[in-house]
Amino acid sequence: MLEIKNLHATVDDREILKGISLTINPGEVHAIMGPNGSGKSTLAGVLSGRDLYAVTEGEVLYEGKNLLEMPPEERAQEGLLLSFQYPVEIPGVSNIYFLKAALNAKRKHHGEPEMDAMDFLLLVKDKIKKVNLDEAMLHRSVNEGFSGGEKKRNEVFHLSVLEPKLAILDETDSGLDIDALRVVADNINALRDGKRSFLVITHYQRLLEYIVPDYVHVLVDGRIVRSGGKELALELEQTGYKFEQEAARA
Amino acid sequence: MSTPTRTVEELANREYEFGFITDVEAESVPPGLNEDVIRLISAKKNEPDFLLEWRLKAYRHWLTMEEPKWQNVHYPPINYQEVIYYSAPKAKGDQPKSLDEIDPEILKTYEKLGIPIQEQEMLAGVVAVDAVFDSVSVATTFKAKLNEMGIIFCSFSEAAQEHPELIRKYLGTVVPTNDNYFAALNSAVFSDGSFVYIPKGVRCPMELSTYFRINAKNTGQFERTLIIADAGSYVSYLEGCTAPMRDENQLHAAVVELIAHDDATIKYSTVQNWYPGDKEGKGGIYNFVTKRGKCEGRNSKISWTQVETGSAITWKYPSCILKGDNSVGEFYSVAVTANYQQADTGTKMIHIGKNTRSTIVAKGISAGHAQSTYRGAVKILSGADGARNYSQCDSILIGDQCGAHTFPYIDVQNPTAQVEHEASTSKIGEDQIFYCNQRGISSEDAVSMIVNGFCKEVFRELPMEFAVEAQKLLSVSLEGSVG
Ligand SMILES: Nc1ncnc2c1ncn2[C@@H]1O[C@H](COP(=O)(O)OP(=O)(O)O)[C@@H](O)[C@H]1O
Ligand SMILES: [Mg+2]
Repeated sequence: MLEIKNLHATVDDREILKGISLTINPGEVHAIMGPNGSGKSTLAGVLSGRDLYAVTEGEVLYEGKNLLEMPPEERAQEGLLLSFQYPVEIPGVSNIYFLKAALNAKRKHHGEPEMDAMDFLLLVKDKIKKVNLDEAMLHRSVNEGFSGGEKKRNEVFHLSVLEPKLAILDETDSGLDIDALRVVADNINALRDGKRSFLVITHYQRLLEYIVPDYVHVLVDGRIVRSGGKELALELEQTGYKFEQEAARA
Repeated sequence: MSTPTRTVEELANREYEFGFITDVEAESVPPGLNEDVIRLISAKKNEPDFLLEWRLKAYRHWLTMEEPKWQNVHYPPINYQEVIYYSAPKAKGDQPKSLDEIDPEILKTYEKLGIPIQEQEMLAGVVAVDAVFDSVSVATTFKAKLNEMGIIFCSFSEAAQEHPELIRKYLGTVVPTNDNYFAALNSAVFSDGSFVYIPKGVRCPMELSTYFRINAKNTGQFERTLIIADAGSYVSYLEGCTAPMRDENQLHAAVVELIAHDDATIKYSTVQNWYPGDKEGKGGIYNFVTKRGKCEGRNSKISWTQVETGSAITWKYPSCILKGDNSVGEFYSVAVTANYQQADTGTKMIHIGKNTRSTIVAKGISAGHAQSTYRGAVKILSGADGARNYSQCDSILIGDQCGAHTFPYIDVQNPTAQVEHEASTSKIGEDQIFYCNQRGISSEDAVSMIVNGFCKEVFRELPMEFAVEAQKLLSVSLEGSVG
């Protein structure tokens, strides 16, 4: 599904990712944990095609294709979707209109006809209910005036409508209370079908109690310093990142 | 991958879609302006004497005036002696009497513009078009049906022949000949335009529409439009404009006068996409227009809606004089400027009567090196008890080489008046475009979606078919704005 080989990336000529290698097979859930500023969002940004970042070395294959050569909208149309750490507000554009444009762009890319307006309405009404957001949010401008938690649930709502092949969740748990966290996790788990893959970025172990990962990687200062199974998350919860940070410095 | 800089560069590369020139024989007077030219224009049109006198008075006044310099636009001086003041396509007879008599080249031009000139198409569109090709009205449709209801919808020249009493009564009552430099020039040399009269209590059953088209080279176009809505009547009027691509800048100085009597409503909508000049700022239309409506009667209403994507230079302030008690003035505007376009536009609301109300919603979109200025004046005179105004003026910038400027002038002479003004400036951010990209939406569609969202409040004031056209136009105008 995704093969990252020795990926180096810079922002303003400062190297943030310093050689990341990671392979995600279909159906797998990988968690990336790490302290603030370690490069988690940078990795998500490079994978989703944000041009703020310059890749200086390495390669990324997505379904065997060179991901780094694809424009960002094509990556999305091909099923690589990001749940943003900081979702962006788009005043004047309603959530439902936005999603319809997104879904139809994907369908067009795959040579499918636009979705019937009625079917679309039924689909989004069903999906928005599942993330516990009011139906009225469909008609409000994208993320405008949404609370932090509402924005995160709206991201998950977008993913559930657009049905990614590889979903990258960047701190989708931060700022959520325990009920909202459960709702988000339930919706993500509902998307797990044995084929779909997930890259779950989180700062806390808490989310991983609900979305149980197959692998956990620890990112410190732009490098994966440890990888393991789901028990690694628990261990980190107890020891913190100190040990890993020291190891990285040594 | 897309960056805002690239956005702007690509925007500058857009081509003008309607840049073709129609090859028809034209009958023109030599360039230059003097009393003889004016006499010639008037004679060609077989005008009544009072109209010639009116023109000459305007011309003599114009000679004493100076071109205004206060607006925030810049252009090389216009040589008024190089302009051709009259150009008419040569018809087989004198005046075409049916569509069959119209030069097929002209019909082809309209086809390219997508104007449904054939009556059959008109029937489907429920729009009556009085098409102005350069200076002479070449076709007026649906006249018969409107006639039955007593509605007069014809070219200005025809109205001067058939309804001189109405012309004499109303012409220049809203925009006097000495109002401003361009209005005075227009009054002296106007060639044609549209005339509408809606009798008492009649609701005009269809949208009336004029397509202006500037064609002949170096032809200044001086349209004169006069719309009168008698007591209790209603009319919605659509004006659409395109011009072919030319190297020389072309002068356009139109005057539009609207008069609404007691309980009458006039809705005037414009979609203007004249040639804006090329990406270096060469060519394009100079658009200096005086549009003004007078709410003469009680409870009357005049509403201006405009979507402006064209012209190299726009200088335009559709205004309302709210004379009748309880009368209402509205101004809804979207102005798009790209490349090196300059627009100085806005409105004036003059509250004279009691409980008069006005609403201003102005949306400016700037991209490339364009400069856009909103200039709005709200004046509440001492007799206007209980007058209210609400103004909202928003700008959106695409790229960082363009500018938006706002100059609201507020003059309140009555303590019971309420005036509210809101303004905002925003930018289409790279993060917004990326967010759309990351959901599969291309940058171009993202810009178009964001801009259309920004203009929603204005678009919903447009008649349905026009709103769709305006949205498309906006997308075309901003096409190539991002990679
Ligand atoms: N747009 C940016 N401009 C400059 N520095 C940035 C930018 N984005 C991220 N960085 C820097 O890159 C490093 C990694 O940031 P980030 O990937 O957001 O970390 P994380 O998501 O793990 O908290 C930080 O030092 C941060 O300051
Ligand atoms: Mg982060």
